[in-house]
Amino acid sequence: MCDQTFLAITFGPCDSCSENRPLMNLYIKTEPINYCSLCMEIMACQGLASGETLKSLKAESETLRKKLEEERKKLHDVELEKVAEKAEALGELNMKTRRTLKGHGNKVLCMDWCKDKRRIVSSSQDGKVIVWDAFTTNKEHAVTMPTTWVMACAYAPSGCAIACGGLDNKCSVYPLSLDKDENLAAKKKSVAMHTNYLSGCTFTNSDMQILTSSGDGTSALWDVESGQLLQSFHGHSADVLTLDLAPSETGNTFVSGGSDKKANVWDLRSGQNVQSFDTHDSDINCVKYYPSGDAFASASDDSTCRLFDLRADREVSIYSKDSIMFGAASVDFSLSGRLLFAGYNDYTINVWDVLKGTRVAILFGHENRVSSLRVSPDGTAFCSGSWDNTLRIWA
Amino acid sequence: MTIRTLRDYGQHYRPRMACLKNVEVFVVEMQDPKSGVKGADQKLNVTIIPHVINGQDILAWIVTKMKVTTEEAQAFGTMLVAYGYIYPLQNHRKLVLVPDSTLYRFQTPYFWPVQKWPAEDIDYAIYLARRNIRKKGMLEPYEQQHYDNLHKWMNPKWDFIVMQATEQYKANKERKKPDRVVLDCQERAYWIVHRPPVLTFDVVRRTNIFLTQALMRSAVKSSVSLTAFVKFVTTHHNHDPFLTTPVPSNPWITDSDEFWQLNSRSVDIPTKLSVERWVLSFWELISDPRGRVDFKLFLKKEHSAENMAFYEAAEEMRWGAASAIPEKSQFIFNTFLKPGAPRWINIDGRTMGLTVKGLVVPHRYVLDAAQTHIFLLMKKDTFYRYLKSPVHKDMQKRALVPAPHVFTDAQLEANVRNRNPGVSPILQWQQEEEEKAAAAVAARPIDVKAMVATNKLDRK
Repeated sequence: MCDQTFLAITFGPCDSCSENRPLMNLYIKTEPINYCSLCMEIMACQGLASGETLKSLKAESETLRKKLEEERKKLHDVELEKVAEKAEALGELNMKTRRTLKGHGNKVLCMDWCKDKRRIVSSSQDGKVIVWDAFTTNKEHAVTMPTTWVMACAYAPSGCAIACGGLDNKCSVYPLSLDKDENLAAKKKSVAMHTNYLSGCTFTNSDMQILTSSGDGTSALWDVESGQLLQSFHGHSADVLTLDLAPSETGNTFVSGGSDKKANVWDLRSGQNVQSFDTHDSDINCVKYYPSGDAFASASDDSTCRLFDLRADREVSIYSKDSIMFGAASVDFSLSGRLLFAGYNDYTINVWDVLKGTRVAILFGHENRVSSLRVSPDGTAFCSGSWDNTLRIWA
Repeated sequence: MTIRTLRDYGQHYRPRMACLKNVEVFVVEMQDPKSGVKGADQKLNVTIIPHVINGQDILAWIVTKMKVTTEEAQAFGTMLVAYGYIYPLQNHRKLVLVPDSTLYRFQTPYFWPVQKWPAEDIDYAIYLARRNIRKKGMLEPYEQQHYDNLHKWMNPKWDFIVMQATEQYKANKERKKPDRVVLDCQERAYWIVHRPPVLTFDVVRRTNIFLTQALMRSAVKSSVSLTAFVKFVTTHHNHDPFLTTPVPSNPWITDSDEFWQLNSRSVDIPTKLSVERWVLSFWELISDPRGRVDFKLFLKKEHSAENMAFYEAAEEMRWGAASAIPEKSQFIFNTFLKPGAPRWINIDGRTMGLTVKGLVVPHRYVLDAAQTHIFLLMKKDTFYRYLKSPVHKDMQKRALVPAPHVFTDAQLEANVRNRNPGVSPILQWQQEEEEKAAAAVAARPIDVKAMVATNKLDRK
């Protein structure tokens, strides 16, 4: 919790409607105002004032954009490669598949680790969601969803529940139990409701709240117990494909990436879009925060992965090679943030040196696209799920 | 106007189309010549358009048929217009149902949204090219934008497109004027739904609001933030299992889970590596469950355990269930905030005032200001005292440095066979909850009166 967030008023009476609501920090010219999200929408949709035309508004956009670029340029005083010269070179990395989890009957679309560092939940195209103890490769729980293409799944922080969803436009939570003959499907709880497919879901710091992203262009925060919508996030102009919650002490922001090639950073409390990055050339398939919370990486269909610095508000590095022509589907950082693991549609996994921008290793093994990739909570291994129906643990 | 029979639209990648089956039944009924909405011929500019209906009649018909309130009917009617089943004749870009004499027409089923053919870019290009020819280059600005984009990426096909467009234009000229106007209206309505004008003024306004706040947001010099990344990587180098082999060994490689057992929450003596990690920052200390236990021990010695307890209670409220908020806020107020509270936290007057006022109508973020204050207090003051304290220094001395495993091949095979199933996280969670409950009871202030009443204080 840095000093900046302490000074910003985030909850209280709105300057416009006087209702007690989570507030966005906005500016009219240079005057700060605190509006709730509803009043901000009303302000945006107001009829054109006298003298205003679509053209004048667009011209204002251009001037603001130019000004922003200038300001950011002033702060752009050094490149990452220069600063990274101080970092020592990496040694030889020897990563192999240590476990292969077989059991899904169709493409594995998503996976997530449990906080106990050894259990995994994975979901596939045929609607099956399986909880594995990856260390022993035993299947512990399994449930068949009534929908196919389960594109998102998440493990609860307590380890007592899982959430998943896909083409059914919903995110459902299943509490897990120790019974041998449990009927998971009976205890299902529908939490999130979107108007298009669910592309990503994650629990926040407890089992009681879920953050979801959907093909309808919005992300939303839900209360699990009541299914109530706590906050929605509008701003993407196409499907939102991925999201990631910030690991920092504040825990108040998350980043989402979409088919509109933009990655947006949002404030969880007010729903405000606080930062936006649009340097990618194609759909952003995955976004992941850097372990310190001050940056994030993205993987895109344009076959590159990029690193974005949140404090300097710009893209700082591109991880690409001429020989890599297929889209990147998923990324994650190692514990120290030195290594970036990325899974691609050409069946490989590339390991990049985050600071120096070079590729340190390429891993073969999967027989189809790598659809999702995550590093374990203690950084000892990472798991990759693929369209070849298997999951592999690499260490 | 022929109305085609409804087909079965199976669930495919865009499932919401299946719900439109019911809408279509409804729209077919609306068009019934006897019991549907009454239409008439209407003079528009110079031409007479057949089968025109007005907004008021549509609304009234929906209210009667569905037996709903005017507002619901209004919303449903707007959906019919938004999806393209009904299109407005005059203000053709505003896709809403206006319940007055505004004129509408039913869209021909050929253009209904569930027809399986997608709104192809090539059809749109032909449509725009034809419009270009007709209007002699005077397209609307958003159409011009679409046209330029399509021209750029469909360049190789452009000759074909222009050829199709000219053919269609000539064929159109053969038609009678009223038919031509109707067809034009239908087509235009269809493309408004499937290629909506992208840049309306509210989108631009939103962009401007975003850019203004982005300008006012302070950013940091690259040299500062990038150096911070390098520093983070360097300090965490020894803790990254991919860069420094973990001791005693990586469980995934040797199949021995001793590494996890030595770093678990309930272990007596932590490893030296863990202790080193706690020193890196306050956040690392309290993120590690074992570290938090140590810190709480230190706080108890300093008699400032209420700070951590308040922080944890506030976190629970923030991330907890919405229904628990009133109860939790009441508990937190009684235990930590009210004057004379048993575990009163020491925060400045302004924050206290704000918090207490906010607690009147509790919201999950109402404790944010107080929580931040306490967190910063612990981070900037208590943490440093902890690092210098005997509790911590003692732990540093006692911390284990496990010897790295050296397994023979036979032992490795044995490890594979005897992989430890570990404790289920569900059991662990239940255990932790019980511990928390016990700690809460122990932390409750001693009620002197009750003790006297039960003679517990009686010394003999």
